[in-house]
Amino acid sequence: MTLDPLVLSRLQFAWVVAWHILLPAVTIGLASYIALLEGIYFITGKEIYFRISGFWTRIFAVCFGMGVVSGVVMPFQFGTNWSRFSDATANIISPMLAYEGLTAFTLEAGFLGVLLFGRNLVPRWAHFASAVLVAAGTLFSTFWILVTNSWMQTPGGYRLVDGIFYPTSWMQIIFSASFPYRFMHTVAAFYVTTGFVVMGVAAYLLRAGKSTEEAKRMLSVTLWLLTLLVPLQIFLGDLHGLNTLHHQPAKLAAIEAHWEREARAPLALFAIPDQKAETNHYAVEIPVLGSLILTHDVNGVVPGLKDFPPEDRAPAIIPFFAFRIMVGMGLVMLALVAVGLWLRLRGHLYDRSWFLRALIWSTPLGFIAVVAGWTTTEVGRQPWTVYGVMRTAHSVTPSLTGSDVLISLLGYMVVYCIMFPAGLWMVMRIVRAGVLKDGHGPVEAGRPAAPVKSGDGS
Amino acid sequence: MIFDFVPLWTLILGLAVFFYVLLDGFDLGVGILYNFAPNTAARNLLMNSIAPIWDGNETWLVLGGLGLLAAFPLAFAIILPAVYFPILVMLLALVFRGVAFEFRFRDAEHRTFWDHAFGYGSALATFAQGVVLGAFIQGFQVEGRHFTGGSFDCITPFSLFTGIALLFGYSLLGAGWLILKTEGQLQTLARNQARLCFLGTLAAVGIVSLWTPLVDGGIAQRWFSWPNIAFLSPVPVLTALFGILEWRAIADHKAELSPFIYAVLLFSLSYLGIAISLFPMIVPHHYDLWQAASSPDTQIFLGVGTLFLLPVILVYTGWSYWVFRGKVRADTGYH
Repeated sequence: MTLDPLVLSRLQFAWVVAWHILLPAVTIGLASYIALLEGIYFITGKEIYFRISGFWTRIFAVCFGMGVVSGVVMPFQFGTNWSRFSDATANIISPMLAYEGLTAFTLEAGFLGVLLFGRNLVPRWAHFASAVLVAAGTLFSTFWILVTNSWMQTPGGYRLVDGIFYPTSWMQIIFSASFPYRFMHTVAAFYVTTGFVVMGVAAYLLRAGKSTEEAKRMLSVTLWLLTLLVPLQIFLGDLHGLNTLHHQPAKLAAIEAHWEREARAPLALFAIPDQKAETNHYAVEIPVLGSLILTHDVNGVVPGLKDFPPEDRAPAIIPFFAFRIMVGMGLVMLALVAVGLWLRLRGHLYDRSWFLRALIWSTPLGFIAVVAGWTTTEVGRQPWTVYGVMRTAHSVTPSLTGSDVLISLLGYMVVYCIMFPAGLWMVMRIVRAGVLKDGHGPVEAGRPAAPVKSGDGS
Repeated sequence: MIFDFVPLWTLILGLAVFFYVLLDGFDLGVGILYNFAPNTAARNLLMNSIAPIWDGNETWLVLGGLGLLAAFPLAFAIILPAVYFPILVMLLALVFRGVAFEFRFRDAEHRTFWDHAFGYGSALATFAQGVVLGAFIQGFQVEGRHFTGGSFDCITPFSLFTGIALLFGYSLLGAGWLILKTEGQLQTLARNQARLCFLGTLAAVGIVSLWTPLVDGGIAQRWFSWPNIAFLSPVPVLTALFGILEWRAIADHKAELSPFIYAVLLFSLSYLGIAISLFPMIVPHHYDLWQAASSPDTQIFLGVGTLFLLPVILVYTGWSYWVFRGKVRADTGYH
């Protein structure tokens, strides 16, 4: 067996980014949630919201720290394993990544300190403002990263000279064809993911009989938010799908494991796509539904993989299943929210044990959907790094051998397999401790709880 | 192009890397000295002395890396594959070290494990950075736009030596920081460590300064030919001067800030020395700054924002240091 540095580099990137994405998925949502809680507290003055925000800020601190260290790894991947991609695309993508660092990273790092330890040291409005700025920082971060990713999916605003991309229009680069949809769909996904984490934790606290008042408030507020967000997310996902059909038809064909271009196309619920035989095995299909969902027209034409040369096709089996997992999670979440709404209207939101248990079990649903969705879009982009222009095979660092990358991949695996379970365990510990009663407890964040004041000076 | 942005970007990137070396340098140095802390109370204080600022310091690593990608992408694409394993080791070590801040006090059952993660992680990350530096000075095997050597080529006696040199250097910065931030016995310990690290750093800088011209004739030419030797002589002269002042400051029990300041000045001069040796090459022997530069449009687009945001970042980085000024004490520790 020969070790292929290309395959291993792809695995390595998938490994480090899949773990990393879990953290923004929860920190971006939590930052906004904390800002919301602080805002309600600032306006109404009700201490309970301040206590809840303190509780989530402690969890946020752990996740944020892990997000930073796993995020530092990412830009270096471009250099170590994807040097040809870096060389070719740097003129376009480097400012996006650098602006992410400059604006987002610094806003977050700058005001996080005040958010974490300034609870009793700065005026209430300043604390609220810091929460808002940290949340804004996380959204800026999402913005620039998705600008970069969207440009790779639907490149525009460039010209190609001797294999190097040169910018011609920054507006077209930043607001590439898929960017608005991808951005909204991702941010909504992160909010929904966080929402289910909050509900899961609230359900746990209710069942454990800890911090009951706070847990009820968490569950209630979050369920209202999700009642809006989950349907909105499904709508946004549909828009994103239409956009993909238009701009990345080969990807869409792979997602649907659709081989022939046809009108009145069926929707495959299940199938084992066979890339070599150019067909699906064990397919379970619903006639016409494919065209209806994908084009919003029963007679709509859906592209097939055979429209594209074999070397330009994504491996259908991965995006096909990843997409179905994502949608499946979305439908489960929709059902949970609907049940929650029904229970609320009947006045039984907090006392139905089976529902609370279901919420606890559904805590990871959003994460699964996020990783599945990311897999869909990234594997669906194959065999390209810059869709239709630059191949993944031409992007990898030429000097690497298979064993080089195997060593580094194993290194990342070992370290992440220690770090992430440890992080999860820390978070569960905070959850088990419940909401601190006084609400003014120091936020433990790997930092002194108060600025170190000079005693005698120096 | 009517205006050449390369000098500006050279300056920005040079400053970003320098800030990283100084800022993460002293907190990595504290991490190295953490291995030698006498007891848990001392370890708590050491960690607390850098806990509020380390993540801000590490930001400069990302900014430096992305700055290189943005301003000199060809250099980024050649250098990073060439130092594949040192970068890997650095990143993994930084991950361990970074989470240790948080996990160490939340996870009392495994405190020793996280203590090691922090101490060894800091040392390993430093050593790896030193190897990167040595490999960079030595240069890489390049064809066209690619590094064509092997991933282990960067491991040489010289680069291993620069790795050790940086351990001493960062520890000196760290010890200077601890003299500033601690008092009593811990400060005395820091002074003793500073003395040892200073001697180590001095020896290392001396050896590297002699070794580099031997490795590379061009560098010898640059420093020792007339009239360069006259223009450049202030660098070694000032280094010697600051070395003497540093030695005296470490010994002077009233001097609390100056050991750190002189250590910073010594670092600045070493950094300047390397820059003088290599300028204008960004991939030594192969590409200069202009050849490796990104497109002018890219440099302008990012430059505008950077010139606006960099001062903002500097101001509130300074502010956060101001907030946490003064001695670190046990009663303001973790909870």
